[in-house]
Amino acid sequence: MSMPLLKVNDLRTHFFTRDGVAKAVDGVSFSVEAGEMLALVGESGCGKSVTAFSILRLIADPPGRIVGGEIMFEGRDLLKLSDTEMRAIRGDRIGMIFQDPMTSLNPVFTIGEQIAEAVSMHRPVSRKAALARAVELLELVKIPDPHRRVQEYPHRLSGGMRQRAVIAMALACEPALLIADEPTTALDVTIQAQVLELISELKDRLGMGVIIITHDLGIVAQHAKRVAVMYAGRIVEQADVGALFQRPLHPYTQGLLASIPRPHVKSTDRLTEIPGMVPSLNDMPAGCSFAPRCPRAIERCKASAPTLDPVGNARKVACFVARQELAA
Amino acid sequence: MTPLVSVSGLEIHFPTRHGTVRAVDGVDLEVNAAETVGLVGESGCGKTTLGKSILRLVNPITGSIRLNGIEISTMTRSELRPLRRQVQMIFQDPYASLNPRHSVGRILEEPLIVHRIGTPAQRRERVAWLMSKVGLRPDAARRHPHEFSGGQRQRIGIARALALEPKLIVCDEPVSALDVSVRAQVINLLADLRKELGLAYLFISHDLSVVEHVSDRIAVMYLGRIVELADRATLWTKPLHPYTQALISAVPVPDPKSATRRLILEGDLPSPLNPPSGCRFRTRCPIATELCAREDPALRTLAPGHQVACHHAS
Repeated sequence: MSMPLLKVNDLRTHFFTRDGVAKAVDGVSFSVEAGEMLALVGESGCGKSVTAFSILRLIADPPGRIVGGEIMFEGRDLLKLSDTEMRAIRGDRIGMIFQDPMTSLNPVFTIGEQIAEAVSMHRPVSRKAALARAVELLELVKIPDPHRRVQEYPHRLSGGMRQRAVIAMALACEPALLIADEPTTALDVTIQAQVLELISELKDRLGMGVIIITHDLGIVAQHAKRVAVMYAGRIVEQADVGALFQRPLHPYTQGLLASIPRPHVKSTDRLTEIPGMVPSLNDMPAGCSFAPRCPRAIERCKASAPTLDPVGNARKVACFVARQELAA
Repeated sequence: MTPLVSVSGLEIHFPTRHGTVRAVDGVDLEVNAAETVGLVGESGCGKTTLGKSILRLVNPITGSIRLNGIEISTMTRSELRPLRRQVQMIFQDPYASLNPRHSVGRILEEPLIVHRIGTPAQRRERVAWLMSKVGLRPDAARRHPHEFSGGQRQRIGIARALALEPKLIVCDEPVSALDVSVRAQVINLLADLRKELGLAYLFISHDLSVVEHVSDRIAVMYLGRIVELADRATLWTKPLHPYTQALISAVPVPDPKSATRRLILEGDLPSPLNPPSGCRFRTRCPIATELCAREDPALRTLAPGHQVACHHAS
């Protein structure tokens, strides 16, 4: 089998604060193939965004530092590159989209200038050619009337249009990998549908690998091929989307899936709750970090932390109880 | 039976430098005692403004707001004060809606002080009761909001809304800022309180699956108007307005096997400063005709309890 496009191995990103070391990402491994969409899901503070920022080497130091692991991308370990080499990859081979389209655009430059900048940063083209490419890109992301829009400032565009402009910028150099961090969280539901459809379509058309970071399991089910569920800095379960939704193995995944309201469930039925809350990263329980909230925890879970081990085909889970049941 | 709250012909306008925004533009809605009415729509459709108007936090230009049959839209502040106890509100952001300088005990006591209820000792007792009702330990009353998580803060907001024994609580996106696992806890808490205390809710949210879960009836708003109103099962299974249909099909279903044919709306919400002529939805509507540009569709009753504002719905 050929090398995956991206292979993250035992990544550890820690934040050194006055209150101690926060292990925001603590031993995360996964891979992404060209042309596939991997979803990283989890609740706030689980480390999904820090994982993305680590791949791009955008962790502010201090207080953060990548303290271990490797990130193999197109045959090179990104963690071993110089800042200059990394800058050549960002925005060229790896594109990124962030949650809030307004703060990722500069309010004092036109949309066209900003997309053109992304192009000329990495390609030896004239200003005119870069601007022409900007129009092409706006057309690609289906912004109506791109010749006019290219000259407009971000505030003149609606939220959905701005996020399209940000996507256009991310795609400026036809990246091999696109990282989308909660790309539709700030958008209305009908606009969200448009933007997600667009990302899926562009992934197929350009053969990009996509990492989509989201807390919305509905988006995962409808758009991703594989999914990694994160909890408190670790991946607790990894599977193909179909398998995960059909039979979640980790008690946290089971809890998450049971807690979302679904159509056609009687409103008198209570939703399943996950008791308690996410532990503080400065004060992690010994053993499995989910054990204090886990309905199925046994003694062993409190003593040692389970590793993410393969169970069956293309599937991994970090849970003693789940593995025991599968073995039985 | 008189409905608990009845709004009719309500219009709320906000004058701006660029013209008048008709945030609520002719809305009729009733909420009965012990009933949950869901109000859904996208940002800027007027759902929050409508909710606030029931507490008279914004004042209508025209139209009537009746509380137990009593007209409150024209009352003065002092006339209104005794009635305010009956309607309370829960806000979206549990970080911004609690005073960071007050202890939780003080925050929960404040409505009782404002309405001159009880002696200090009775009030403290009431605060302890409120905290236990929402699943917080009463000894946490001395702590300040920053010492609580988002979900716990939302519980404090709920306890404050319950302090005056209201009949109706306007819940404005009460779980939108919360994580999935905590969201279920708060939704269940609201359901338990409703059952125990016989509360009515006006539940405002952009999240159709949450609204569908909690509501008895659901109203869908678009650009200042209610475009469809029905009981929850009917709205979800037989939506008649093309906007409702698009909204439902846009909700990402947490099931990879549901290969629903998605009806994706083109374009953006038009500016509320300058809504389209005739039907406001026609610029994004897949079935719009020339009639829709000319004539504004009225909310018609097509089946008992099912109202739709569309020329082509039947």
